[in-house]
Amino acid sequence: MFSPSLWRIRRFSDAMPEMLQLQREMNRLFSNVGQKAPQDYPAVNIWEKNGSAVVTAELPGIDPEKLDISVSGDILTLSGTAQSINFTGSETYLRQERGIGSFKRSLQLPFSVNAQEVEARYERGILMIALPRMKEDLPKKIKIK
Amino acid sequence: MMEKDVQKTENVSATERIRNVKTFVPRVDIYENKDALFLIADMPGVDEKTVDIELEKNVLKICGCVENGRIPDATLMYSEYEIGDYERVFTLSDEIDREKIVASVKNGVLRLELPKAEKVKPRKIAIKAA
Repeated sequence: MFSPSLWRIRRFSDAMPEMLQLQREMNRLFSNVGQKAPQDYPAVNIWEKNGSAVVTAELPGIDPEKLDISVSGDILTLSGTAQSINFTGSETYLRQERGIGSFKRSLQLPFSVNAQEVEARYERGILMIALPRMKEDLPKKIKIK
Repeated sequence: MMEKDVQKTENVSATERIRNVKTFVPRVDIYENKDALFLIADMPGVDEKTVDIELEKNVLKICGCVENGRIPDATLMYSEYEIGDYERVFTLSDEIDREKIVASVKNGVLRLELPKAEKVKPRKIAIKAA
């Protein structure tokens, strides 16, 4: 009489990754309860992929030439200036909500970064930095004699 | 900077949407000179293919679709911002020349040029010698 709708729409196995994703999102959401949301600019997301870290940040309208990314040890520093509008003199602001000026932010990663192999890409206003781990810093296997 | 300045603002619209993602209000700058109004909107993650500008009567709607932003095979360890679409609606006055609106997107920033109609442009009035 009642056919479960989950089965009707698509196979259960197809819905599984989505459910796992939902579970992860929920865990993340509740693990941050009580913590104050950080207010630093730019806001970053940090991903983990095969032992290396990927940092993404939303930085709309930045001149990639003027964006400064530096790594020393386990500290990643991002700094730059938001591109300002070139006014010729006769313009007037009616509304200003976008951020102006320069920013600088340092992040401490849980491992030393191999600075030689850091890759950064800036596309559509999103900065993505891949930070591989230093070889010496990788966990070592210890053999039992 | 204050928190509201740094974090993205979520769109709290009453309408139901087809895409099941969060929507955010893009931050905009609006300025004018004697010929046109300019609208600059921060929409990181959007390019010329995924941005949609609609003008219906005097309502200008800007939408940006952003793909989910997940990195394949990577797990999110720490998150300060969320990814979602952008949507914002503006009401235009009759002073805008609707036919001549120009839009461009660069580095996740949408730029709209809204030229003023001829009839409202400021004019110098010559004084005739009596």
